[in-house]
Amino acid sequence: MDILQLIVSGLANGCVYGLIALGFVLIYKATESVNFAQGDFMMLGAFITLGFTNAHYMDLPFWLSVLMAIAIMGVLGYLFDMVILRRMFGQSQVAVVILTIALGFVIRFIAGAIWGHEPQSLESPIAGQELRFGGLVLGLDEVWVIIVTVLLTGVLYLFFARTKLGVAMQASSQNQLAAYYMGIPVKRVHSLIWGLSGIVATIAGILFASKGSIDPTAGLLGIKAFAAAVIGGFGSLPGALLGGIIVGLVEPFAARYMPAGYSQIFPYLILIVMLVVRPHGILSQIQTKKV
Amino acid sequence: MRTVFKTSYDADIRLFKHNAQAFWYLLLFAVAILLPFLVSDFLIGEATLVLIWSICGMGLMILVGQTGQASLGHAAFMAIGAYSNVLYQEHFSMPFLLSFPLSGLTAGIAGALIALPTTRLHGIYLAIATLAISVLAEDLIVILEPITGGVAGLFAPDIQIFGFTFNRYGNPVELYWLVLAITFVIVYLYRNLLRSPLGRSFAAVRDSEVSAKAMGVNVARTKMLAFAVSCTITGLGGALMGHFATVFTHETFNLIMSITLLLIIVVGGLGTIHGAFFGAIIFVLLPLLISMTRDSVAWLTGAGSITIPGLEQGIFGAILIGFILFEPMGIYGRWLKIRTYFQLFPFYRKDMFRRQKSYLKTERTR
Repeated sequence: MDILQLIVSGLANGCVYGLIALGFVLIYKATESVNFAQGDFMMLGAFITLGFTNAHYMDLPFWLSVLMAIAIMGVLGYLFDMVILRRMFGQSQVAVVILTIALGFVIRFIAGAIWGHEPQSLESPIAGQELRFGGLVLGLDEVWVIIVTVLLTGVLYLFFARTKLGVAMQASSQNQLAAYYMGIPVKRVHSLIWGLSGIVATIAGILFASKGSIDPTAGLLGIKAFAAAVIGGFGSLPGALLGGIIVGLVEPFAARYMPAGYSQIFPYLILIVMLVVRPHGILSQIQTKKV
Repeated sequence: MRTVFKTSYDADIRLFKHNAQAFWYLLLFAVAILLPFLVSDFLIGEATLVLIWSICGMGLMILVGQTGQASLGHAAFMAIGAYSNVLYQEHFSMPFLLSFPLSGLTAGIAGALIALPTTRLHGIYLAIATLAISVLAEDLIVILEPITGGVAGLFAPDIQIFGFTFNRYGNPVELYWLVLAITFVIVYLYRNLLRSPLGRSFAAVRDSEVSAKAMGVNVARTKMLAFAVSCTITGLGGALMGHFATVFTHETFNLIMSITLLLIIVVGGLGTIHGAFFGAIIFVLLPLLISMTRDSVAWLTGAGSITIPGLEQGIFGAILIGFILFEPMGIYGRWLKIRTYFQLFPFYRKDMFRRQKSYLKTERTR
């Protein structure tokens, strides 16, 4: 029973990592750049929801706040790409990396200035309730996290594989110029994907904040999600989820069976081993060019 | 506008392009030496910090600016430099003159070892791998408590050279001169490295790995050497940082510091020695400027002094976004443009520094 308990809580944690990783992978898949501020997007989305729904702030109904936060973050993501990233069009990936890191700093500062630096928890209907199956006690929040993540990954996977817009997004990343020739509005597609990843980040943030508490530095969780995305294979949506679950499962077991202090290094150890053994992840999509 | 007519290869790789340039740099060096007679001890402390950050920045610059390999984990090598320097002095009772170069060497070897697996990666993957190294280093310092002092940290002794003591609080001016001398040596070596075949192959790898390979450059070896050289310099900077901070823990060299280091060289201007210095100056002066502004605002409005936590990082982030958008070549790039404008007056054209438009292709199916 103990092990089952660990597995479920690990799964739930892993799904949050997976959701953040999903945000990276979405952007990477469609624009070939990496958003190092994804963790901060998640934190911002959670705080916006919290600002709407918590009794301390505006005290709106939970589901209304969720919808509003999703809409706001979607628009913010779209605008960020339209106003800032579009100017960087065609520049190197590393420039975008640095830009998004800087953006993360700014978002952390803004969130801290508005909502303060103390950890707060989201007052959501899924927080703090328990489900009992025989001797197994599950948090309702954990079950929700797992269900939402699996559904979202499935929907996004189908979106990329089946819909016209999804294929256009893939095309615009594989070769921007050729995508232009095919009549794909590459710039608008990029903005759309940034909006979409803002939405995914918000959902991740809401789930994360109902599982525990959130503060402006929660965005640093994004680094663990990076490990997840790379382990699973950058550029693959199921890979992101798989990597997230691996990281999430390893953590509670390492915390239980290893001496204190060792558990948090495990995700990164796996990451480095992975990069050495199979640099492009479990579900790899890369072939190298030879001279 | 001065036209330098080069008649030989030696003329092409001269240390200074022409004598006037040599004059200006020597003048700058003279001013740097005489600085303690011009400003207060507090500002000398800040100047020392600028120099230390510049050393660390130059280390990262070799990797990012010259070889084109992004690293988000250089604080780890600063930590290796700082810790090994103090450990050599305390446990093996080495003098500073020996422990200091050795600490750089240790960081360099660590860098080369880490480069072995990571040089196969590029772009984003390399950035993430180095990010992981930075996080790992922080945790490893805590785990290796018997050696590193764990959460309590280490206390850096005063620098002793031939019986003469250097201490940040006791004699800041002498410490400044020591750091200045070390900076000078490193700048000289850096400049020389760029003129050597190794420096040229760094640039080749940066500009195109495929064509570097075709020209007979051993890409993996070049990248590894770049890592080694870069980590050596950053390690030296870290050792100095340890002495300057006097007490340091695992939190001194955290991930934020790695990222800050990268941001410094981007703001300064990638690929130039000047960039490391400009970036370091901005980064060190920014908190001073903010606190001065805060004081004057408080004085004007009559309110008590307002402290907003995280303000410095927020402003630094905003500055950085501005630079990447409007001046991707950094402060040094802007200076080059201004200088060219006046040199060519009135013939400067707006498009002189325009870059070719490029379109991205996926890295997944190269």
